[in-house]
Amino acid sequence: MTMSTTQESIRTTVLNFLQKNFVFDEKKQIADDESLIGAGIVDSTGILEMIGFLEETYGVSFLDDELIAENFDSLGRIASFMKKKIGTAS
Amino acid sequence: MSAIRLACCISICKITEKLLYQHAKSPMPFHKDILALDAMREAERIAERVRTQVLQDLHKRGAVVAVSGGLDSAACAALCTLALGKERVLALLLPERHSSPESTRLGNELVLALGIKAITHDISSPLESVGCYRTQQEVVKSVFPDATAEWTFKITMPSLLGHDRLNMPRLTVHTPRGETFAERLTHDGYLMLVAATNFKQRIRAMQVYFHADARNFAACGTPNRLEYDQGFFVKGGDGLADFKPIAHLYKTQVRTVATALGVPREIITRTPTTDTFPLSQGQDEFFFGVPHDVMDYCLYGCNNGYPPAEVASVLQLEPAIVERIYLDIARKRRTTSPLHLPALLVDPIPEISALKEQALCAELPAS
Repeated sequence: MTMSTTQESIRTTVLNFLQKNFVFDEKKQIADDESLIGAGIVDSTGILEMIGFLEETYGVSFLDDELIAENFDSLGRIASFMKKKIGTAS
Repeated sequence: MSAIRLACCISICKITEKLLYQHAKSPMPFHKDILALDAMREAERIAERVRTQVLQDLHKRGAVVAVSGGLDSAACAALCTLALGKERVLALLLPERHSSPESTRLGNELVLALGIKAITHDISSPLESVGCYRTQQEVVKSVFPDATAEWTFKITMPSLLGHDRLNMPRLTVHTPRGETFAERLTHDGYLMLVAATNFKQRIRAMQVYFHADARNFAACGTPNRLEYDQGFFVKGGDGLADFKPIAHLYKTQVRTVATALGVPREIITRTPTTDTFPLSQGQDEFFFGVPHDVMDYCLYGCNNGYPPAEVASVLQLEPAIVERIYLDIARKRRTTSPLHLPALLVDPIPEISALKEQALCAELPAS
């Protein structure tokens, strides 16, 4: 199945992943600008799991320089960064 | 409020990261000698507490200390000897396949200097039996399919002194031909490698408790303040102990106290290592992300409400780096807080809770 790669669909996919694996509450909403690390939603091991999920789901591979908080520390940042990354990869 | 209830409240309370490190600011300006202390006075104070804890609170006859050849366990062995006397302290040297030979040599020098009894157990065989080495090798081969048993390896984390990188663990390997490669670990690979490696600390804990039980001695834990605060220990491994005499001391202070107690100079000046993986590795590159001396000052600054800029000025770092270290301190504290919790119960057992509260209330405040 080809994953939809619009920014909104990426956001929804990541939100579902976080709700299922870290929040354990499908009703909990996470604001686009809420710091995932700062709010304690994911810890360092969780980030590792999320990076793996993104790489596997979207068929990309992150460079070391891309693995910074600026690109992954909120739903909004992830969606925005992944949109560019997928666009570059395809 | 009981300690258990307090732990529960903290775990459910939404504490922002800034609140985690905001305390009332100390009136003293931050400076490089801020960690200085009267070494012998502190040693005597700790010794007095250890005597009370081991002999009266725990009703034990002496102490067992796992001596690694490093500074912390050396300081603990010296403090136990000061507190209880040579006859009531047993040192255990517990090397394994990946231990540096220097660790055993330094451990032996320490016990000679202190005049205490020591027993050496090589724990490679039980580690082999539980699959520690096999599992480690499997993870290494999953990242580097050509790896052989002769390749050495370690896990490293990015430095906090550089760019604001995410804490992504990498597996670094060194081949017999002298080549070095590094690749990012997957989530599953990282967990499996850490889990397998944790056997080392847990089997050491088993040995400590065997000898403690056999002698009616107490098990001495050896974490310093950085390790205890930041959760750099294995639950059921080096985190397991009956008393921890240096958990309140910053590494710099451990060094000062150990020097005053006559710990061999080579142990005092040795670079802290994990001595856990076959490839030599500092604790900073595995866990803390910054050198010990920087971490000491930053943790002290964070704990005592010093603004990052003030600490940065003394350490000659950019304020943004100290700010990043402060945030990392808060995050590690939060992430590793479950390591400090006792087993969680469905219903409290008030008779036992009361005993625990009594024991915790007996702790004297630090001078």
